Amino acid sequence: MRWVLVAAMVCATVLADLLQSHEMKRAGEQSVSARGLARLLHVIAQRRLLILGIACNAVSFFAFMALVQTEPLSFAVPASAASFVLETLLAKFVLHEQIGARRAAGALAVLAGVVLVGG
Amino acid sequence: MTNLTRSSGAILKTYSVVVLFLALRAAGNSAMAWGMKQVPERMSINPALYLRAMLNPFVAMGIAALILALLTRMALLSLADLSFVLPVTAVGYVIAVLLGKVILNETVTRQRWLGTLLIFAGAALVGSTSPDTTPIHLTSAAEDTT
Repeated sequence: MRWVLVAAMVCATVLADLLQSHEMKRAGEQSVSARGLARLLHVIAQRRLLILGIACNAVSFFAFMALVQTEPLSFAVPASAASFVLETLLAKFVLHEQIGARRAAGALAVLAGVVLVGG
Repeated sequence: MTNLTRSSGAILKTYSVVVLFLALRAAGNSAMAWGMKQVPERMSINPALYLRAMLNPFVAMGIAALILALLTRMALLSLADLSFVLPVTAVGYVIAVLLGKVILNETVTRQRWLGTLLIFAGAALVGSTSPDTTPIHLTSAAEDTT
């Protein structure tokens, strides 16, 4: 069960990141002032994928709540780093980005760490 | 001269926001974990259970702190690059395990510590890579990598 929740949390986080960065890049630069925030809300309301991204954030958050109910925090938080592994895989196979040696080594270290933390 | 003082002030500001972010997230995670363990019903797919869990004061405090942490991180990203923010905030994994042990009385085995340190190192490595590797630069990037 713990790994199901970790998987749900990590997949939702990565999906949220992908959707949000994709949609925010298309929406153009946003400012953080009060007027900027009002415009940001307007942008959010107009973009379905952005709303889906925010919904994914909520799913990830609920999965984290369920995870810390039954599992120790010292498992839940490090396990959430598995998102780095999934992001790197998606960057390589879906977005066709070039994965440098450093990033590959980092993702492998995270993967090994998550396996150890869960063991 | 003025440039120098201004930039050191900016660095100080950036690091204070880093510390604020790490503190808020650590506090939020701990409060959330503490509160959720007091909630009698086990969470499932039903969203009403989560809403009811939020009535627990520690869960509510945890959510408030985590929302503030999210806003602080957004502010941080406006001050510094993601390639700075990711490795610097990777220390949060170590802090979470430390708080789990000290505040929540969790048993942290040597294996879990080793895993956490690997995750910290890995997250710092992944984060410190240049984000500029999109297909547009594919040919030049392939030539540049040696």
